[in-house]
Amino acid sequence: MTEMTGLRAWLLTDTPHSRGQARLANLYHGWLAFRRNPMAMFGLAILIALLAIAALAPWIAPHDPFYQDLTARLQPLGTPGHPLGTDSLGRDILSRLIYGSRITLYIVTLVALIAPLAGLIVGTVSGYLGGWVDLVLMRITDIFLAFPRLVLALAFVAALGAGIENAVLAIALTAWPPYARIARAETLTLRNADFISAVRLHGAGPIRIITRHIWPLCISSLIVRVTLDMAGIILAAAGLGFLGLGAQPPSPEWGAMISEGRRFILDHWWVATMPGLAIFTVSLAFNLLGDGLRDVLDPKGEK
Amino acid sequence: MTPLLEVEDLWVRFPTRTGILDAVRGVSFTLGRERLGIVGESGSGKSMTGRSILRLIRPPGQVTAAHIRLDGEDLMQKSEAQMRQVRGERISMVMQDPKFSLNPVMSVGDQLIEAWRVHKKGSRSEARERALGMLEAVSIRDPERVMRAHPHELSGGMGQRIMIAMMLIPDPELLIADEPTSALDVSVQAQVLQIMDRLVQDRGMGLIFISHDLNLVADFCDRVLIMYAGRVVETCEADKLHEAKHPYTRGLLNSLPRLDAPQKRLEVLRRDPSWAETPSVRPS
Amino acid sequence: MSALFFDDVSVWFGEGRDRVDAVRHANFRVGHGESFGLVGESGSGKSTIMRALTGLAPDWSGRMAVNGNPVRSGHRRDRNFYKSVQMVFQDPYASLHPRQSVDQVLSETLHLHGFRDIEPRIVRLLDDVGLGSAFRFRYPHQLSGGQRQRVAIARALAPEPSILLLDEPTSALDVSVQAEILNLLTDLRAEHKLTFLMVSHDLAVVAHMCERIAVMQAGEIVEVMGVDEMRALTPAHPYTRKLLQASLGYTRG
Repeated sequence: MTEMTGLRAWLLTDTPHSRGQARLANLYHGWLAFRRNPMAMFGLAILIALLAIAALAPWIAPHDPFYQDLTARLQPLGTPGHPLGTDSLGRDILSRLIYGSRITLYIVTLVALIAPLAGLIVGTVSGYLGGWVDLVLMRITDIFLAFPRLVLALAFVAALGAGIENAVLAIALTAWPPYARIARAETLTLRNADFISAVRLHGAGPIRIITRHIWPLCISSLIVRVTLDMAGIILAAAGLGFLGLGAQPPSPEWGAMISEGRRFILDHWWVATMPGLAIFTVSLAFNLLGDGLRDVLDPKGEK
Repeated sequence: MTPLLEVEDLWVRFPTRTGILDAVRGVSFTLGRERLGIVGESGSGKSMTGRSILRLIRPPGQVTAAHIRLDGEDLMQKSEAQMRQVRGERISMVMQDPKFSLNPVMSVGDQLIEAWRVHKKGSRSEARERALGMLEAVSIRDPERVMRAHPHELSGGMGQRIMIAMMLIPDPELLIADEPTSALDVSVQAQVLQIMDRLVQDRGMGLIFISHDLNLVADFCDRVLIMYAGRVVETCEADKLHEAKHPYTRGLLNSLPRLDAPQKRLEVLRRDPSWAETPSVRPS
Repeated sequence: MSALFFDDVSVWFGEGRDRVDAVRHANFRVGHGESFGLVGESGSGKSTIMRALTGLAPDWSGRMAVNGNPVRSGHRRDRNFYKSVQMVFQDPYASLHPRQSVDQVLSETLHLHGFRDIEPRIVRLLDDVGLGSAFRFRYPHQLSGGQRQRVAIARALAPEPSILLLDEPTSALDVSVQAEILNLLTDLRAEHKLTFLMVSHDLAVVAHMCERIAVMQAGEIVEVMGVDEMRALTPAHPYTRKLLQASLGYTRG
């Protein structure tokens, strides 16, 4: 116990003694602020559980997600051995959901890496440099923004071929413009800040100013935005899956599972509902997390 | 005769992660129809004192006091609805920056007219007459034009004078001015102060003038409270401020550079922790 | 040769109909080791002159020179310029990057100037401004206004400049902290033989810090006077007299 309080004191000190300590202390302060938001903690718990489920899928799934048993088709909830029932080919829905979490996480991670990064680069460069660079980049952004997201993604997938990777790429391509807008807006307010003027007076060039001084201040609002958008991304991926343009059968992608269950929705509602509930839960978790992160990260909320 | 305002044992507390922060600690004073200055550095609790009289401290901040009496009526006993009445009609407040206090999308005239009609029942044309009169009272030269202007078209000094005009519409008994001139240039500052001075004298209002500027308070007010760390450490007649006794007041005065007397180095204030611990001084 | 030389300098913002002339035909020079003050009310153009010199206000005409080297037009300056001229900004709450610790601010600055011995230099800079190493890994939100301004001064001193531009360095601070910062600047000037160009609206502060003072009104320098003239209240120009009168305090009218 004394060791814990020692660590706490070390983290909460006003006079850190090294770069590492200062950074850790900063993180710890953020964590303390985050922890006070019970809803955000709830969201975080769900996502940690999702990560654990995805990592441990082979061990916790009761059945092989691809194993078909046509004698046990469309079993209802609570069937012995199949707590969430089975689908039209007699595959265990629970196991498929468990394995499907891996695909969901894969999609979410890839989109979350590509879209905000592209948006950050376009937005900050455009905002900081201004002039014709700004004009060209922002018109391109406008063009992407003008298309409905799912329609644009559909067009990409149609051109590139169906499949998870292409679905991810399509979603990322349609998701970056709002991030570029946010990053640009933030950059415009920062561009003439005194602390940016100060580094300019020490001879720093535009690339250095953008990457080292502007990015760290834009990233937090982008992270918040990405977490809040995550639900939309999952739904878009599920939508593509539902339309048969994302993950291909027999892959247990949640959207594709709903699509398959659609045919039996009136008589065997659980086949489509269970993956729907999974999507709902994870989307909600991301939204709650995003709300909590906004309180911690958003520079405007700080004193 | 009862004084205009009596404040007894006023505390303002803010709960924080590390404990309770006392922003104002046991402040007591009385105010007649006079100009009372409250001076101190940032964080001394001077603004909090002003706001808490109007019970304008937002939760989670808490105001407690034995009483805050306005003409013998205890404001602490009043409901929020009754307080709203007091805020509009009997006590007015002028803030530091007029830009944040005026509605940016309404013309000055409309805002004045609306403010008047909220307090006095009357026709629009009558309200307009009164609004023009108010602008003249605060020495605005071309009131017709200013009535049509929007806040962003006004200079800082003009905006502040309009704020004062608006605050004076209901004929308040007490005006609380929180750093009303510190965003203004010196020459404009003098103008705004003169207007406040005249209005206070003509209408027999009480004025609480909150400022960090010791020289200004010494020249402008009748009496001064000096606050440090949420307490009143000293109180004196304004014209005797330069003979103040408390080491904090002395330190503040001495740390100011002077135009009339060159100094090689400025005196640096040495803070004594005991200043924050001794209870508030009670003005006689 | 003077440290700073301004000849017929005009600065404007915007183009065409929106053009605002912030400074008109300013002439003055600042000698080596001198401390020169610019005073005036808001909008008089006093800070704009500094911003034009440093390239933060790119539209200007006339001639400017630093230590005899002419300053290029536009907003780019060469390395030599940044090594000899540095600036301290008005608001210490806005002039430090909110997510960089003192250590990061100073090491980034030293790195930009190509110094190798960053470690000992940071320690020395913090000592110079009276902060000490306890503050080295703090973030701006853990510092008071005065401490932040000390960090900003340390950053300005990092390239060992000969000229320091001070843009209202104490107007956002309490008077007791102002005294500390002004004393620090006085000491640093003596120690490092610095030349000061200081902008302020506070005549008493300028009189305390500067030997010569230029008074600006609506973009023009109306008068340049010695500090003794100012203290004796014997300026030549009526506007200066008015300004001095107003700053002496409020008199009941």
